[in-house]
Amino acid sequence: MCGIVGYFGAVPGGLPARTLLERMTQQIIHRGPDEQGIHSDHGGGLGHARLSIIDLSSGQQPMTNEDESIWVTFNGEIFNYVELNEQLARRGHKFRTKSDTETILHQYEEDGRDCVKAFNGDFAFAIWDKKAHRLMLARDRMGVRPVYYTFVGKTLVFASEMKALLAVPGVEAEFDPIAIDQVFTFWFPLPPRTTFKGIFELPPGHVLVAEDGRVDVKPYWRLTYRDRDDLAPVDEEAASEELHDLLVDATRIRLRADVPVGAYLSGGLDSSVTTALIRNFTSSPLRTFSVNFESAEFDESEYQMEMVRALGTDHSSILCTRQDIGRVFPDVIYHTERPIIRTAPAPLYQLAKLARENGFKVVMTGEGADEVLAGYDIFKEAKIRRFWARQAGSHRRPVLLRQLYPYLVGLSGQPQPYLEAFFRAGLDKPDHPFFSHLPRWGMTSRIKQFYSAALRCDVGDYNAVEDLRSRMPEDYGRWHPLSQAQYLEAGYLLPGYILSSQGDRVAMAHAVEGRFPFLDHRVVEFAGRLPPRLKLRGLVEKYLLRKCMGRYLPETIARRPKQPYRAPDSACFFGSDAPDYVAEQLSPQRLTEVGLFDPDATGRLVHKCRSTGVIGFRDNMALMGLLSVQLLQERFVATPAGKLPIDAALSV
Amino acid sequence: MPANVETAIRKFIAHSFMYREGVDSLKDTDSLLDKGLIDSTGVLELVFFVESTFGVKVNDDEVLPENLDSIERIASLIQRKLAASPATCVA
Repeated sequence: MCGIVGYFGAVPGGLPARTLLERMTQQIIHRGPDEQGIHSDHGGGLGHARLSIIDLSSGQQPMTNEDESIWVTFNGEIFNYVELNEQLARRGHKFRTKSDTETILHQYEEDGRDCVKAFNGDFAFAIWDKKAHRLMLARDRMGVRPVYYTFVGKTLVFASEMKALLAVPGVEAEFDPIAIDQVFTFWFPLPPRTTFKGIFELPPGHVLVAEDGRVDVKPYWRLTYRDRDDLAPVDEEAASEELHDLLVDATRIRLRADVPVGAYLSGGLDSSVTTALIRNFTSSPLRTFSVNFESAEFDESEYQMEMVRALGTDHSSILCTRQDIGRVFPDVIYHTERPIIRTAPAPLYQLAKLARENGFKVVMTGEGADEVLAGYDIFKEAKIRRFWARQAGSHRRPVLLRQLYPYLVGLSGQPQPYLEAFFRAGLDKPDHPFFSHLPRWGMTSRIKQFYSAALRCDVGDYNAVEDLRSRMPEDYGRWHPLSQAQYLEAGYLLPGYILSSQGDRVAMAHAVEGRFPFLDHRVVEFAGRLPPRLKLRGLVEKYLLRKCMGRYLPETIARRPKQPYRAPDSACFFGSDAPDYVAEQLSPQRLTEVGLFDPDATGRLVHKCRSTGVIGFRDNMALMGLLSVQLLQERFVATPAGKLPIDAALSV
Repeated sequence: MPANVETAIRKFIAHSFMYREGVDSLKDTDSLLDKGLIDSTGVLELVFFVESTFGVKVNDDEVLPENLDSIERIASLIQRKLAASPATCVA
């Protein structure tokens, strides 16, 4: 796992190529502290910050082929490189290293831009093809690894994180009001849009090819699901065995590393499954890590310790206090490079630090199981609301709402009439393509009431939900409602928030790489072909996963209902031990200076947070969203990283 | 206890749930749920406000939209409570 940078065209700002590439690489050196390398030719250059995991002695990058006509800079892993290298060797390719980086070079020689189709992995890479005078950027199917790009004149520049682009002369950070509006609807900007105007994210499963003065961005893979009307029988036992075998293999190839692989253990079903698979199907020594909270509302240590005892792992945990979250929040925002409306990335930032301090560069996690095999409560919520909508006058149907979100204290104690009132939103639109998500997006959109007059004007009549609607694939309408909701989670929230702000960015801040067996594309494609009843059976989530993996888990874990990972929110920023920056960033003066939020309205929210102990979801989300935008402005817009001397940028 | 019940309720709602919307636009009969002003925590805040400001006790089975979903309904609940237990009113 590493950081990549590069350019295609003339070197911007008239800098020597080496200076530019070194300056960009320095901005993301946290991703690859082990070694750095650059390569440049006339018209193109690549840089690399390396975290050595596979072939420690000879895997240096940028790497080239035999005649030095093709160069690659690569972040991530090609997990099936062993098998691919055998095939490539049979076709006459000569390997000088044992690294998966070289696999990319030879597969590109074979297949050109289609080389990605052969890869099973989490990757972002750039290929500089000197003879063809072509630059190719590629990103893995599910969006585990990031890559961003922008243009300076006719030159394309790219990097793993936007902060490296901001080090390029001529690239400035300016907030994109539409991106902010998207975050305050969906929790993330819709790619290719990013927080900053003119800087683009290569969407998951896409390839960019720049040549002959053209830039072509195309998908090479996408999520798809079984048609709603496809009634072809599926044998449950056979499906269970197939899922089992796929997960075993997905885990096995993800343990390929020349350094020890650890595991995050949340105490839930998914990370327990991945940990149990490592224990049962490999001889790898098992080292596990977890995060604990002071409040019983968030803490899962009881279940974590149950798995630790059951599997006999060597375990370390870190207690993440409200003060810790408040303290590290600005650093977390520096890494996420986008506004966030929950603090959840902060404890994961601390957890990655714990793994790194214990000498681990690679951790396996259960990420993706909820999206791929239907674990989230939003799927159950939509199912109950849809059932209720068919007989909206029924008094018995909405009683099922009681089964939702049992972990949300404020919600589970509600009297039935209020519970019904909250979930009634959108009940009159059972045919809306976003029926499952309209309540969540509607609630998130309440943050928009804090917009300043200027931001309101900039957003104008833009409608984020309609924008997303126009992007739905042609077959979306043919899928079962559960599949539609899964698509919104797996295709958008997962890469846009879970794998980025809660994933790559906070882990790579400490040079730790996450690996996710549930996001192996073979597992994802298999799950897409399953009928919905094998995923959400009645109101039992991840039905098939429980069936095929229950045998490896203590019964309490195997049967445990979904407990999503959550962390304390606004309480981290107020009270006697509140961090100093909060009052400053949310002061009328700073709000006016940044100009995006109304100082009076924000002042009322801050007053409420300070004076009352009861803060709801909406206020929490608004507070996090506003504070993170203010911090982003200070960190990137007011003082773009590239305008700082390199030493100063490194010391932040 | 505030002299004008409706005014006190209106002020509380404005400060707790209406960061931006003009408070004058909210009619006494407007549904707080339909206006999107109340979420699950909002109900708890509202009950806490009624109990602590007016010195009355709201029972669990009274936490219903019929009693709490508009300024008028909340005022009516408070008046009924106060009338039923004058001792609490003096306190």
